[in-house]
Amino acid sequence: MDASTRVGASNAEKGISSGARKRRTSWTPAWVPYAQAAPLALVFFLFFILPLVATFVVSFWNYTEYSIEPAFVLSNYQDVFYGCFSGSPALCTTFATYLSTLKFVAIVWVATLLIGFTVAYFLAFHIRTLPMQIALFMVCTIPFWTSNVIRMISWIPLLGRNGLVNEMLTSIGLVDAPIEWLLYSDFAVALALVHLYTLFMVVPIFNSMMRIDRSLIEAAYDAGASGWQTLTNVIIPLVKPGILIGSIFVVTIVTGDYLTIGIMGGQQIASVGKTIQTQINFLQFPIAAANAIVLLAVVLLTIWGMLRLVDIRKEL
Amino acid sequence: MTAGSAYREERRPRSFYALAVFFALFVVFLYGPVVTILTLSFQGPSGGLTFPMNGFSFYWFERLWSGRGTVDIGSAFERSLMLGLTVMVLTVVVSVLAGLAFRKKFVGATPLFYVAIASLIVPSIVVSLGIALEFRILDDVFRPVLASIGLVSRRGNSLGLFTSGLGAHLSWTLPFGLLIMFAVFNRLDKSYEEAARDLGASNWQSFCHVILPMIAPFLIGISLFGFTLSWDEIARSSQAMGSTNTLPLELAALTTTVTTPEIYALGTSVTAVSFTVIFGTLAAFVLLQRRRRLRALAE
Repeated sequence: MDASTRVGASNAEKGISSGARKRRTSWTPAWVPYAQAAPLALVFFLFFILPLVATFVVSFWNYTEYSIEPAFVLSNYQDVFYGCFSGSPALCTTFATYLSTLKFVAIVWVATLLIGFTVAYFLAFHIRTLPMQIALFMVCTIPFWTSNVIRMISWIPLLGRNGLVNEMLTSIGLVDAPIEWLLYSDFAVALALVHLYTLFMVVPIFNSMMRIDRSLIEAAYDAGASGWQTLTNVIIPLVKPGILIGSIFVVTIVTGDYLTIGIMGGQQIASVGKTIQTQINFLQFPIAAANAIVLLAVVLLTIWGMLRLVDIRKEL
Repeated sequence: MTAGSAYREERRPRSFYALAVFFALFVVFLYGPVVTILTLSFQGPSGGLTFPMNGFSFYWFERLWSGRGTVDIGSAFERSLMLGLTVMVLTVVVSVLAGLAFRKKFVGATPLFYVAIASLIVPSIVVSLGIALEFRILDDVFRPVLASIGLVSRRGNSLGLFTSGLGAHLSWTLPFGLLIMFAVFNRLDKSYEEAARDLGASNWQSFCHVILPMIAPFLIGISLFGFTLSWDEIARSSQAMGSTNTLPLELAALTTTVTTPEIYALGTSVTAVSFTVIFGTLAAFVLLQRRRRLRALAE
């Protein structure tokens, strides 16, 4: 993913420098790029920008049991944060929900980072021929092109009360009775999220690793660094942008998730996305919109914070 | 990979074997669960949702596709297929055009790029809700106006598979298409086009005869993303499909109600389509690359 930002940046630079020299490098009329970019811009305007604007506007509207009405009220936001700033020791619903989501974000981030880094490291540094690298990389990628829901429900025969895992554990005598918390639990949600989204870590980290000049690693060995020292002092600093991009994907996906938490949590675990979905089902669009705007703000703040943590432009 | 050949003669370090085992376990983790439901979808008629297998049969597939069972899947299957193919074609066309545009200088290139990235990162439930609200407002505000001059019926719902649904899917597939186009055009030397120009080719000729043949294999990659992402899309579709449902939405709804292996049969059928598309496109990609290499050798 960092490749593309670099392309965008270098293209922009080229454009500026050729412009400064007043030399026409292109024989295409000036309107052509606008016409070519127009369909993309139109789709994003109609199905991304305008919807976000609509959500923002509706979050200030009024609603009754069966209709929504244009207005400018702050009551939806007051409802979202009801009881949050009253000073009572108990957490309000919204904060408790975000805290629960934060727990999943932390667990899934650590797990996907460790697994993703190890897999990418193996592919980038231990597989020696390019065709083999591509083949193994495809093995990791193919599940990404199949249905998430199917990948979730495929845990049911494994983790259920009479599932394979419980059968195995009871048959070797490790447990007396089947473990109940394997399915429809926090554990199942975290496991499914790691299962679904580790690829989002593998791809950018692998991409960063493939860009590392191999002579740097040889230089580190020649200078007497151990394998571990090379890893922590040479490789990890150089793949930071990849780690950051992967982290942004995983953190934002888990923050906004409602399907995995719904299906794997047996519809019993709260998440912001699920709250929004429930409110939509009850046609309470304005409060759902207010929740969506708060979620959007949280996600954007998180990304901003992560970009502050690692200066991505310096790293690229 | 130059360094790779330098130490090819060396013995594999011990860490290689540890990491190879880790990688193998990761692959088992990725594919293991799916293999279990592929197996369980061939349960005998008296079989349940978990092992052991009670015989081997196509009973649940027959039940699923005859429409006799709890699930009517034919129409949702057809809808998803049509939508997926439409999204695929549009993703390829729009991404290539945008990729060409980003090769040149134009005002607003950087904001447009950031909007595409944002579309990838903003939670899908937010986008989905936004699209639903947008179309609701559209119906409330513009429909009465258009109806008064007789263009549309007064009552109706603009939310639908090929209006809001198509847009929702494109907002998800186009960022991937654009990123692939960036990666492709980054490796494509501009001097090819300049050479074509020097030889007297028009813009259109240089695109058809120079650029298109060079980027063709990667367009197959974009269509793979376009179709599979749409075929499996659920989070963005959830509020944007109106009264119809796509296959993944049906499947998600069934997870809470169906307690027979029929749901596994459905899962296997959906995965079969995904695998057909994935391996079909990968084979086409490899074939195209090989043909090109042969032609390069011949010349």
